[in-house]
Amino acid sequence: MYSKISTCVLQGLSGHIVEVETDLSRGMPVFNIVGLADTAIKESKERVRSAIKNSGYGFPLNRITINLAPAHLRKEGSQMDLAIALGILISSGMVDYDQEDTVFLGELSLDGKLNPIEGALPMVLSLRDFKIKRCIVPYDNREECSVIDDMEIIPLRTLREVVDYLKGKIIIEPYKGMGEDSKEKKEYELDFSDIRGQDSLKRALEVAAAGGHNALILGPPGSGKTMAIRRLPTILPDLSLEESIEVTKIYSIAGLLKSKGLIKERPFRSPHHTISAVSLIGGGRNPKPGEVSLAHNGVLFLDELAEFDRRALDSLRQPMEDGQVNISRIYGTYTFPSKFMLVAALNPCPCGYYGDPYHDCSCSPRDIDRYLNKISQPLLDRMDIHMEVLPVKYQDLSRVRKGESSLEIKKRVSMARQIQLNRFKDEGIYTNAQIPNKLIPKYCSLSSSSERIMDQAFKKYKFSARTYHKILKVARTIADLEGKESIMDHHILEAIGYRSLRVKYWG
Amino acid sequence: MDISAREVLIWLNTLGLSNSTILKLLDYFYDLREILEISGENFLKIPNLKRENLERILNSRSKINVSGFLEDNMKKGIKIITCLDEEYPEALRQIYNRPAVLYYKGDFLDFEPAIAIVGSRKATAYGKWACEKFTKELVELGVTIISGLALGIDSIAHRTALDNGGRTIAILGNGIDIRYPKKNAKLYDEICEAGAIVSEFPPGTQPLSYNFPQRNRIISGLALAVIVVEAKERSGSLITAHHALEQGKDVFALPGNINSIYSKGTNKLIKDGAFPLLDIEDLLEVVGDFRERNQSHKMDEFDYSTLSDIERKIVELVKEGPTHSDMIAYRTGLDIITVNSMLTILEMKGIIKELTSRTYTIC
Repeated sequence: MYSKISTCVLQGLSGHIVEVETDLSRGMPVFNIVGLADTAIKESKERVRSAIKNSGYGFPLNRITINLAPAHLRKEGSQMDLAIALGILISSGMVDYDQEDTVFLGELSLDGKLNPIEGALPMVLSLRDFKIKRCIVPYDNREECSVIDDMEIIPLRTLREVVDYLKGKIIIEPYKGMGEDSKEKKEYELDFSDIRGQDSLKRALEVAAAGGHNALILGPPGSGKTMAIRRLPTILPDLSLEESIEVTKIYSIAGLLKSKGLIKERPFRSPHHTISAVSLIGGGRNPKPGEVSLAHNGVLFLDELAEFDRRALDSLRQPMEDGQVNISRIYGTYTFPSKFMLVAALNPCPCGYYGDPYHDCSCSPRDIDRYLNKISQPLLDRMDIHMEVLPVKYQDLSRVRKGESSLEIKKRVSMARQIQLNRFKDEGIYTNAQIPNKLIPKYCSLSSSSERIMDQAFKKYKFSARTYHKILKVARTIADLEGKESIMDHHILEAIGYRSLRVKYWG
Repeated sequence: MDISAREVLIWLNTLGLSNSTILKLLDYFYDLREILEISGENFLKIPNLKRENLERILNSRSKINVSGFLEDNMKKGIKIITCLDEEYPEALRQIYNRPAVLYYKGDFLDFEPAIAIVGSRKATAYGKWACEKFTKELVELGVTIISGLALGIDSIAHRTALDNGGRTIAILGNGIDIRYPKKNAKLYDEICEAGAIVSEFPPGTQPLSYNFPQRNRIISGLALAVIVVEAKERSGSLITAHHALEQGKDVFALPGNINSIYSKGTNKLIKDGAFPLLDIEDLLEVVGDFRERNQSHKMDEFDYSTLSDIERKIVELVKEGPTHSDMIAYRTGLDIITVNSMLTILEMKGIIKELTSRTYTIC
């Protein structure tokens, strides 16, 4: 009267196999679950009892002991319902089952239906690494799981179906996904050609997108900062399959997978400035990924940067540096990836009109200082591209030629990214923005004339060594946009134009 | 009694008496030392002396310790000069309500010729540009720049003078040992090295708003002329201009757009008779040319023939007035990428200068 079947739990993004052992013995009818289970699992007793009964099977009147092994691992989530219910059915002899290569995932509702679970994709991905061949998943999770082709994904709707499937009463073909059909082109409502004027700003965003550079856009209200940045996703290169899986995994455990299939567009996250450090970075008692991880492989847009909590902003530094977040809790340390491109917009002062001759700035110098000082030096240093914008006047708007469409820009950006991928394939980095300092001489070497320009600029603008490196990286990206092997003078000159505004505003 | 009249004067200053009260006492007594011995009854005979001032003097008369005070300041590098000293600047001796005692750090006494540059605490890009331009030109003529170490135009004037290797003097409205505003702490230290910090207030005096207007008379007093770069309709800079006029100094104001709030004050000054400052020559014509005294100055006209066609095209356009890079691209028909790199190179060559976010002007 003993049975053992497998299911899975997640810790952060990595899944672990859990054996559900069920023993039925004679005695008072009690139902115990042991093995470090959290509330959702303790509650599964009631779901399992009703689901079994309402599926037309009898709930055994025995002493039922369920052990979740390994016992030291903390278990959470409702995906174990199915395995627990099946364990009981097998132990009581209602189903015959003795294979070990199948894993059961699914939450039960009281009528025996299989509800979708959070984190199905990362579980299935980890199970593949454990050489599991077959996985039973709720029907609604089938699309995200079908990404994997060397594992049988059996989508089922009810407990009854699962039992029938195991008995061989019905035959279900492994789900292969909708395949290429789901890859249709994403249509954006926004387009770069909507923006009249602001050529410099558009160009700066193009360069930022091409090299994955963090960008800081500073300007008074109404200058089109937000409008332009909202169009950034339309020029970002498509996700590669690997990147796509990484992103989908994160969205899966965050329970944000709406489309059910793989995520094909680069994430664009723009949290409101009242966000706390924890929701930005990730955390909670059972740690969930924060905005930095949800923006992984995409863009994190912080509008009104100086309105954010200073603590929240400073907490960005480590994830930006490491490309991942480590969250430690009593029950373990969780790691979420966080390779994102930070794009920030801010006003020059709280009222927005500092330095504008036509509007009275109502801020005191102290207010302005306090406002700008929210953004710490280390954070500023991590922004490769700095750009100042002014509002375009209406008269000027009407005569400016229409700009390029997003599609044209995206072509150049994608090409530049491809060049970078090829160049860095042995370095473990993807973009120019990620070039570590020690590799800068290797990839960003200058001709003697460019060297001279840098020298002159160094004297004229008195920039720091860090700024020097940033200019080289940005120049590398500009050269890539042109498809040029080596960095030329005009690349350097353009890159110098994106240099830090630190001295000007943070003095 | 082994105390000098000079020391008594300093002692009176440390009591926190107003400068005019001190000058009144200085006029009344033949020898200021009498103040230490005179009876309370005779004290009352001094006209217009407030009772609280009298009490202050009488109460601390017995505790007088000027030599200790002088020694303290010496240790902190603070030097003191009084109007009884021979080295006291002649320019200040002439002004109404001359400061009786001045505390200073750095090298104060050799400052002539000097021009004061003042303006609002918030500056526009235009004001900043003009302030830098004129300060630089004056420094090249060997002129000392005098200002008030406030934020905005004052700081820009001091900073530009220092960056161009010039001399600059900052007149404070608080005790000389307090670096105010905090943001200018570094500037303060640099000015100590390459000029002087001066205050009439005893060390330890906090930056109190009512002390600031009166230090303006020293700013204008030390200078041959006062330049007001930008000022709102009611600005402290206008007080400096007012003092300058009272002292018979010339006032120059930078004309600005009539719709710019930061030029309201300066335009009004011009309307009321101040000289509009269009060119540094305007100033030299009025206050006298320093060129003979300082032969170093020579304005180089830039040789435009060394520029490429594209560069010249851009320069011609920028000459018409400050222009945004996007507009330059639009009007020259060049793409923004070329324009932006050309603008960088022209700026590095020192031909044009960024006024504010990507708006460029001729240097």
